[in-house]
Amino acid sequence: MNRIYLDHAATTAVRPEVLEAMLPYFTEKYGNPSSVYSLGREARRALDEARATVADLLGADEREIVFTGGGSEADNLAIKGVAFANRHKGNHIITSAVEHHAVLDTMHFLERNGFRITVLPVDSYGMVDPNQVAEALTDDTILVSIMHANNEVGTIQPIEEIGRILAEKKVYFHTDAVQTAGILPINVAELHCDLLSLSAHKFYGPKGVGALYVKRGTKIEPHIHGGAQERKRRAGTENVAGIVGLAKAFALAQGEIETSAAKLTALRDRLWDGIAARIDHVRFNGHPTQRLPNNVNVCFSFIEGEALLLNLDMHGIAASSGSACTSGSLEPSHVLVAMGVPPEIAHGSLRLTLGRENTEEEIDTVLDVLVEVVAKLRDMSPLYEETPSKPLP
Amino acid sequence: MPDGRVVVAMSGGVDSSVAAALLVEQGYEVVGVTLHIWPRFLSSEAESGCCSLDAVDDARRVCQMLGIPHYVFNLRELFEKEVIGNFREEYLKGRTPNPCIVCNQRIKFGALLERAVGLGADKLATGHYARLGFIDGRHVLMKGKDPLKDQSYALYQLTQRQLARLLFPLGELTKDDTRKKAQALGLRTAKKPESQDICFIPDNDYRRFLQEYAPGSLRPGPIVDTEGNLLGSHQGVAFYTIGQRKGLGLSMPVPMYVVDILPESNTVVVGDEKAAYGRALLAEDVNFIAIPQLDGPMKVETKIRYRVKPVPATIRPTPQGVITEFVEPQRAITPGQSAVWYQGDVVVGGGIIASKLA
Repeated sequence: MNRIYLDHAATTAVRPEVLEAMLPYFTEKYGNPSSVYSLGREARRALDEARATVADLLGADEREIVFTGGGSEADNLAIKGVAFANRHKGNHIITSAVEHHAVLDTMHFLERNGFRITVLPVDSYGMVDPNQVAEALTDDTILVSIMHANNEVGTIQPIEEIGRILAEKKVYFHTDAVQTAGILPINVAELHCDLLSLSAHKFYGPKGVGALYVKRGTKIEPHIHGGAQERKRRAGTENVAGIVGLAKAFALAQGEIETSAAKLTALRDRLWDGIAARIDHVRFNGHPTQRLPNNVNVCFSFIEGEALLLNLDMHGIAASSGSACTSGSLEPSHVLVAMGVPPEIAHGSLRLTLGRENTEEEIDTVLDVLVEVVAKLRDMSPLYEETPSKPLP
Repeated sequence: MPDGRVVVAMSGGVDSSVAAALLVEQGYEVVGVTLHIWPRFLSSEAESGCCSLDAVDDARRVCQMLGIPHYVFNLRELFEKEVIGNFREEYLKGRTPNPCIVCNQRIKFGALLERAVGLGADKLATGHYARLGFIDGRHVLMKGKDPLKDQSYALYQLTQRQLARLLFPLGELTKDDTRKKAQALGLRTAKKPESQDICFIPDNDYRRFLQEYAPGSLRPGPIVDTEGNLLGSHQGVAFYTIGQRKGLGLSMPVPMYVVDILPESNTVVVGDEKAAYGRALLAEDVNFIAIPQLDGPMKVETKIRYRVKPVPATIRPTPQGVITEFVEPQRAITPGQSAVWYQGDVVVGGGIIASKLA
């Protein structure tokens, strides 16, 4: 069975060029960047160059890049780091209801540790209102964390506008750009953010490595202690091969961004239009225009997203419902719930995220399978027969 | 060689692991499924019971070894509502429920069977020790070959539609056969101990469970004899079951047994050994498997709880339900438990015991 991979928001395959760039740092160039001899200096040089590459791509300075063990660690370091380093200034933090759990769960941790957290609602497209951010600010507010684009429904947040408000108020601003790095242009000055997280495996780099941009002057408390690496912001011998891979993958992705965005948009629209034309009782989630070029999130009434996913898996199609708990079992999405999607419809959600290797033929195959599987599952659903044809709320 | 897709319900134990392995050997396209049903209040400590996080891990690792897909279905809310909810209500009514029967009917052969069909499966298999047959145009359920492990008692509510979709690959095996097969295959679950009595009550700590779910059943009240004389006090009706002798805290010249529980007055009634026996019972929520319905008296063997030998009896229909009359009086006829009727190895049907009849 041919596999069709439509879950690029979950992870991506390492590109051959990226793997090639990484390989020497596992074997012949295995030095510790902190060592003084030539082997160490060789590794140090690779690390410094990777840092410079990432900084350039973000419009940042080399000293503003901290490499981490992934996107979740970058989010944790940004949020807990700023919270604990700035506690003397205030204990109020603002975020949104549709953040990734790496942000939301970190906020809950801080709440249990004496911080006050405001979770802003979103509109029916999953978008945060910048005016509500401004209204939620108090004298005690030390940090706002709003994601660049949502990982489930693909809505792009008005980060520049929020960033301008916060820059004026001198409140630290973090954005989780894990879903946009490699897909949208990112410039930290234009976004007016103080901290920005990204993760290599979302843009065809290796898993287990990420980066956090920390604007000069931003005070953060490290949470891994034990060495002077990453300017004392993240101790531990650097994952040199992983970091080299991150930089290479990021450079490749950002370099191709215009052509890849055009290709992804065309494929996405083919998928979207095909679903809209061939299946009734569907509801597309997320903003119709302010959205990632590679994301389709759609609810099919009368069926469980779980049954849909497993049936697609049996046809070799990898997709997601957008949210999975640790046991691998599916819970209704907190994002869809926050957007006001009724729970019975949210249960039938499907997220399809496209990538560089997908083709038009694959999209057409997926459409054929979707039509078949949705029809089969609806035939078994007692609710479907009773419902006259009418559009979803 | 059989073809077709079979979903196997995998609890993470040795039985369902071997059931899956046998079906793979027989050439089916097998899909392993584990239900995520352990209740919220147990989430932190119940990591090792049936259908717990560890169980999901074990089932997944077995499926990896067998080279079959493994999925987890989250039926926690349904399980809490249907199985734990029923368990709680029954206790509040002073009855002694059997949650496995409810789980089989509403969860495993209800919601899971539906989902299996939704996955395009022709059959659903479980690791139950019971056998299936087709006699005189009806799907029938029979005792498992291993008399020590036979689980047909807990399956008597299966309907014809359900039976048509089921496979019990262990029906012809003894538990010993199953363990040997698991060891021969090198399954990691080969040496796992038998699961506990009730999966959602770890360590059989009923008090803790009832404090959480049915605090109303934990109010102290009177213990009286069959004449209504006050003999002592009890700690809550939920701690008593019909036929119970120990733990009554009474000092009486003859051994006393719980013979009735009256939830309305929060009273436990005790009597001597004679009072603990009954000649007949009324069963409700009846299901027949081997016959379409009961039209007149029928000689059967009856089990009134899981681990007892079937005893001779006659069943006959009445407007209130089915009456079972025993040849010999039976001890501890317990409302809430099930009466299951057999003819030889064949399950005729069964029902939930509503009351003991004099």
